[in-house]
Amino acid sequence: MLTIAGRKFRSRLFGGTGKFSSPEIMQEALAASGCEMVTVALRRVDLNNPADDIMRVLDRNRYLFLPNTSGARDAGEAIRLAHLARVSGGGEWLKLEVTPDPRTLLPDPIETLKATEELVREGFKVLPYINADPILALRLQDAGAVAVMPLGSPIGTNQGVLTRFQIEIIIAQAQIPVIVDAGLGAPSHVAEAMEMGADAVLVNTAIAVAGDPVRMARAFAMAVEAGRIAYEAGLGAVNKDAAPSSPEDGLGFLR
Amino acid sequence: MKVLCNGEAQEIDPGIMVADYLGQLGLDALSLVVECDGQILTREEYSSHELKDGSVLELIRFVGGG
Repeated sequence: MLTIAGRKFRSRLFGGTGKFSSPEIMQEALAASGCEMVTVALRRVDLNNPADDIMRVLDRNRYLFLPNTSGARDAGEAIRLAHLARVSGGGEWLKLEVTPDPRTLLPDPIETLKATEELVREGFKVLPYINADPILALRLQDAGAVAVMPLGSPIGTNQGVLTRFQIEIIIAQAQIPVIVDAGLGAPSHVAEAMEMGADAVLVNTAIAVAGDPVRMARAFAMAVEAGRIAYEAGLGAVNKDAAPSSPEDGLGFLR
Repeated sequence: MKVLCNGEAQEIDPGIMVADYLGQLGLDALSLVVECDGQILTREEYSSHELKDGSVLELIRFVGGG
């Protein structure tokens, strides 16, 4: 079973709550995914629509909330969002995102490390969203992050695991859980990440924008489980040259 | 007098507390967090924190996100 910061998770699929066409579909898709932790963002209340509140459909007894700091462009903004998340009842768990470039949404490694150091000191359980940089992952581990969340490909792109080589190194080196996040666009992508030995994956866009988000959530849950079982079962070696699956002996009768 | 709430100028009654102001806006105080002049208020402070002319309020809540 996966353990992060002392908390156990049966499901290795974490869900996002953005981009769903309605709160009801989100609720049903999250249930179908089997996830136990969901990300949420912090934004201004819409004063013209005061009843628009996602919390009315999210059961806090069922899901652990992982507030994110999306929108932060430097460590200071991320820390301010973290403080707001904590007072909002988000607890100490935090997906730390610092993305200064709105075009690529790639995370700033230096600001992320700075914010991690400060927020760990303040008692937060920090899960930093990072580029798939093995050295940075170790630096964040030393700084007290409870997990690292390397990206498969840029947020919302559905391009899959483009950072395979680096994520393999992160998995091999990290003593803390590795959660592949961002860009996982198909069940096959999460299966790949889990077969590599990722401890978990986080999926939002691919489920939320699917033709049928509820069925897609189920497909992702099955792929996560399949990938994990395959990893635990031990995949066969990859070879350059062909090797017959059928015996080479006993063909004497043919010639 | 006026406050700036979520970037919008709003006319308010003098002497009004944060809790009353949230009520006027039709907001459930438990569903959000209030930052007043850069300082995060605890929920216990809503009923005793008086808004001042020119106060800058940010009303923040959880929304869907990844």
